[in-house]
Amino acid sequence: MIKTENLQYNYETDDEKEIKVLKGIDLEIHKGEFVALVGHNGSGKSTLAKHFNAVLLPSGGKVYVENLDTSDEELIFEIRRRVGMVFQNPDNQLVATIVEEDVAFAPENLGIESEKIRQRVDSALNAVGMYAHRLEAPHLLSGGQKQRIAIAGILAMQPKYIILDEPTAMLDPIGRKEVLATISRLNKEQNMTVILITHYMEEAAMADRIIVMRDGGVILDGTPKEVFVKTDVLKSTGLDIPQTTELMLALADKGIDSARDVITVDECVEEILKLI
Amino acid sequence: MLKDITLGQYYPGNSKIHNLDPRVKILLTMLYIVLLFTVKNFTGFAIFAAFTFFIIYSAKIPVKYVFKGIKPLLFIILFTAVLNIFMTQGRIAFRIPYTPIVATWEGIYMATFMIIRLVFLIVGTSLLTLTSSPISLTDGIEHLLSPFKKIGVPAHELAMMMTIAMRFIPTLLEETEKIMKAQTSRGADFETGNILKRAKSLVPLLVPLFISAFRRADELALAMECRCYNGGNGRTRMKKLKITKSDIICSIVFVIVLSLAVFAGYIPFLF
Repeated sequence: MIKTENLQYNYETDDEKEIKVLKGIDLEIHKGEFVALVGHNGSGKSTLAKHFNAVLLPSGGKVYVENLDTSDEELIFEIRRRVGMVFQNPDNQLVATIVEEDVAFAPENLGIESEKIRQRVDSALNAVGMYAHRLEAPHLLSGGQKQRIAIAGILAMQPKYIILDEPTAMLDPIGRKEVLATISRLNKEQNMTVILITHYMEEAAMADRIIVMRDGGVILDGTPKEVFVKTDVLKSTGLDIPQTTELMLALADKGIDSARDVITVDECVEEILKLI
Repeated sequence: MLKDITLGQYYPGNSKIHNLDPRVKILLTMLYIVLLFTVKNFTGFAIFAAFTFFIIYSAKIPVKYVFKGIKPLLFIILFTAVLNIFMTQGRIAFRIPYTPIVATWEGIYMATFMIIRLVFLIVGTSLLTLTSSPISLTDGIEHLLSPFKKIGVPAHELAMMMTIAMRFIPTLLEETEKIMKAQTSRGADFETGNILKRAKSLVPLLVPLFISAFRRADELALAMECRCYNGGNGRTRMKKLKITKSDIICSIVFVIVLSLAVFAGYIPFLF
C-alpha cells in the first residue's frame, strides 16, 4: 500500500516566491489496483506521482510505501525497487544499445547474480511481448515498441507498483494501443498495481479508480462510473468525459430514461438497444 | 538516412574471432602493434602478412572491406613515403632531372618498410573494431581498466559514458535532421556561401540541438535513478566475460607466430 498523509510540496522561484504545488493530500493506493491520475497541466499530478518513489520528498506531511518512509534516505533504493516509473519520452529512458542489455540495467544495478538477471530479463520481455526483438538496437524500433521496452526495463526490477507518467503522449495510435494493452494485461494477469497518469479520458476509463486533481488537491476520487457522472466538476476542471457517457447524459437531459453511468462503446450500444 | 550509419564499423558475424573475449582481443591488438614495430626484415613482414590474412579469413570478413580502412589515410602514407625516399642519405638510386633532388636506395628501402608497417597497423586495429561489437569493446575496456580504479581511474564511469554516447548518437542525428528541416522550411540556408557564412548558419542548428541534448540528459538521469542506478558500486552484469579454451589457444598461437616474425630479424642470412 502507498499512503500519503497531509502531503505538501512547495518550491521557491528565483524571486523567492513560494509556490505550493501540493496542498495537503491524503490518499491510499492499495495493492492490485489500477488507478488513473487525471488533471489539467499544472494540477500537480506528476509531482504527486514523483513522491511515490522518492524522486521528490515532501515539504510537509509523509509518504509511506509499504510502511517505508520515503524521507528516510537509507530506504531510497528499497523504495525505488518496489515502485517503478515509466516516463513520457521512451528515447530518453533507454540506456543501452541493445534491447536486452537495457532491460538488464535495473537488475544489474541491484546487484543480482547473472543467471537470475537472465531469467528476469526474459520474463520481462515476454510480459511486454518484445522477446523476439531482444537483440535489436532500440533506436530502430517504433515508439510503441520502445515504450514497451521501457516498461520491461522497470518490470525486470520486479516492482510491486508501476507508475506511468503519460506513457502514450508521444506515441501514434497504434503505439498507444500496444502500450495500453500491455499495461492492462500487467494489471489483470500479474496483479501489478498500476498508477497511470494521463490526459486522455478514454485511457482513464480503463482503470478501476480515477483520481481527479486540481490546483494541488484531489477533487474527485472513485470508480469511473462514479467520476464520469459528475460532468459539471469535470468540465469546470477543463477535462472531457468519454463521448459515450456524454451521449447518454445528453439523452437523459432530454428526458429519456436511460442509465447515466455508461463508459464503453459496448455498454452504450446495449443501453440504446434497450431503449429502442 | 543518417540513422543507418554503423558504429565503429562493426562487421556482424559469428566466427571464432568474433567470439573471442574482448579483453583478449584488445590486449592482442596492442601486442600486434608493438611487435609490428620491432620487425626488422621482409621475412618477418611476410609472416606478419600471412598471419593477418589468416585472421581475416577465419573472421569471414571480405578482404576488400578490411582494406577500405586504408583509403582515408592513403595520402599521409604516400606523403611520408615520398619524403623518406628523397630525404634519406645514402647511395644514389636516381636523380630527378634538372633538380638537385636525389632518391637513395636506403630511402626506398625505408619507405617500403614504412608503407608496410602503416598498412598493417591500420588493418590490425580495424580488425579489432570489425570483429567486436561496440558494447563488448566497452565491456572489455571497463574490465581492463578496473585494476587502475585504486589510483583513481574511473573505469565504470568511462564505460557508462561510452555506452550512453553510442546509444544517443543515432537519436541526436535524427534530431539534427529534424531541426535542419525545420530551419530550412523557415528560410535558413545551410548550403551556399563561403566557409564563414556556412559556419554562421550552423548556429540556429546547434543551439536547439544543445538545448535538447541537455533536456534529454536531465530526463535520462532521472530515469536511471528510478532504475536504482548508483554508480558502479555493487553492480553486477548479465553477461559475464569469460576466458574460454579458444581464447587461450588463440593467444598462444598469436604470440608464437608473431615472435617468430620478430625473431626472423635476427637471423643474418634472411633478407
